[in-house]
Amino acid sequence: MTKYIVRRLLWMIPVILVVTLITFTLMHMAPGGPWDRDPGARQVDARTQQLLNTRFGLDKPLFFNFSDGNPLDSQFFGYLWGLVHLDLGPSYRIRGADVQDLLFKAPEDKPWWESKFGYSLRLGLYALVFSIIIGIPLGIVAALKQNTVVDYLSLFVATFGVSVPSFVIALFFIIIFAVGLHMVDIVIRDWSSFKPWIIPAAILGFPTMAFLTRLTRSSMLDIMTQDYIRTARSKGLHERRVVMLHMLKNSLIPVITILGPALAGLVTGSFIIEQIFGFPGIGREFVLSIQRRDYSMIMGTTLLYAVLVAFANLAVDILYGFVDPRIKVE
Amino acid sequence: MAVTTQTQAKVPSGMALLEDQFIKRPPRSLWSDAWRRLRNNTAAMAGLVVIIIFLLLAIFAPLLSPHNPVEFFPNNTYRPPFWVQNGVNPAAGGIASFPLGTDSLGADVFSRTIYGARVSMVVGFIPMLIILIVGLVIGVAAGYGSSRLDNLLMRFTDIVYAFPDLLFFIIVMVALRDSWIGQLLNGLVLLFVALAIVTWVGLARLVRGQVLSLKEKEFVEAARMVGAGNMRIMFRHLLPNSLGPIIVFTAFRIPNLIISEAILGYLGLGLRPSINAHDIFITSWGALLLEGQTAINAQPWILLAPAICVSLIVLAFNFLGDGLRDALDPRSK
Repeated sequence: MTKYIVRRLLWMIPVILVVTLITFTLMHMAPGGPWDRDPGARQVDARTQQLLNTRFGLDKPLFFNFSDGNPLDSQFFGYLWGLVHLDLGPSYRIRGADVQDLLFKAPEDKPWWESKFGYSLRLGLYALVFSIIIGIPLGIVAALKQNTVVDYLSLFVATFGVSVPSFVIALFFIIIFAVGLHMVDIVIRDWSSFKPWIIPAAILGFPTMAFLTRLTRSSMLDIMTQDYIRTARSKGLHERRVVMLHMLKNSLIPVITILGPALAGLVTGSFIIEQIFGFPGIGREFVLSIQRRDYSMIMGTTLLYAVLVAFANLAVDILYGFVDPRIKVE
Repeated sequence: MAVTTQTQAKVPSGMALLEDQFIKRPPRSLWSDAWRRLRNNTAAMAGLVVIIIFLLLAIFAPLLSPHNPVEFFPNNTYRPPFWVQNGVNPAAGGIASFPLGTDSLGADVFSRTIYGARVSMVVGFIPMLIILIVGLVIGVAAGYGSSRLDNLLMRFTDIVYAFPDLLFFIIVMVALRDSWIGQLLNGLVLLFVALAIVTWVGLARLVRGQVLSLKEKEFVEAARMVGAGNMRIMFRHLLPNSLGPIIVFTAFRIPNLIISEAILGYLGLGLRPSINAHDIFITSWGALLLEGQTAINAQPWILLAPAICVSLIVLAFNFLGDGLRDALDPRSK
């Protein structure tokens, strides 16, 4: 097991390396530089640009430095070296701020979960909790009452949620409840209490909830016809005990294993929801940095996302081995 | 067959009855069987009908849209849909000639939405074609080729797989939108490439798995025994037999592509809306969503039409995909 985990962790290194290489190359193909200002605004003069380039090492060659003695004294390897030290470089648009500080550091000595990353992580967690406490019971009830109104209703909700992307649901929600009925504010400015989190988290978690419903239902239906369920019934167990102990325990195996990628998907997939609700997380920061063409910020966020996804996938594969001993991890 | 039944028809025996009912029936192929199952699936057929309607809307957009999508009516700006009389904008009520209202420049939202169907359809199908070609070639090569080639290709797909799709689309669009390739067809060509370039991985893995399991089957061995070459085995035996899962994959991938376009458009990274009436692709649902979002207080209805269209088409493809999966692999039910 340890060997497997170590091998998977080692395999992550080339993956992140290639992701870095691709993002780095693409970002440098983009026109315009970090010191460009909006047309019309006061531009940074040439002398200052030169100084800034030297200061941030942008006058170095992109990949290999052939003129000096050290071929690795280049922008790309400089970035990698920074990456090893968890240094994502300075933001190109927000003066005097490093990318990792913008993502991970909370303002005014607040704890780390008040940072942008902390906000997104919490939103993702709430969304996951929402999808679990609604999705799994709904799937169980649908399976137990197969081919009744409850079943069809849950199937319809599940199909709708799986197909229609959450940002479209969010837009519908805003049109109906904020613009039409004036029941909630369109843009929420104060996120310090729990209440404003509920709606974005529920909408973000809706597709996962729908997916969990479908998965739980089909897994339950699969288990219900197994021999050991019949055995449990025939030895006179109470129906509730059969359901809670024998069915649930076994039918939740495939459900548990998707929770890892679900959380990664919720944390990384939230940028449009964050944008729609004006939520101060990394997703909105990512969208803003796209609009501002803040290349170092885009790179940093992308890498963070890629690492999150990689770890989530690893976590699932390991979890598989623990939950279901029939699956051999090698 | 006809001769035997004639002779036996005089003496109706059990055998003849059996033959009448079962053996005489022309053999049904896998495909006609699947089609029969699909036809009995109401949800899947409804999905198919919706897809066909949107396809027709996309093809005949100039005939079906009541107004020119880039013609601006200065006296008709900010009109709500026809059923709203006293909405957000007190100055203008909805009128029947602009059924879904107008935007801030006075362009007809209904016509623009119809034209938007073109982009969504094309974005669903053309990158899918690229994905199919690349995914099939790499999948078959990995599954059928030497184990070294397999290893190399699969490690490569592992790396591409680790990259979150949507982030990759965004980065490619950000980086290359202003380059020459980003200018072709108002950015549509770049959109195709960006959408196709990472999504083939799922298909390649699927095809590889199919080929790996199929190539050990007896019928492939039999084909090899009678002297069939590698090419013949690949194209006549392996590919047709893995067609079912590939079709299902396609049905579920297309709505994903449409959603990706809508998200990119919403971020302002998709197709550039055109003001030239001669362009084939004028605006997209993603671009309309962005327009609606920026003016959500004044004209929320602009958001509504593209949002409903995206939901409809995506639901339709998902219902069709579910139906196809049940039809092509009856064991899965």
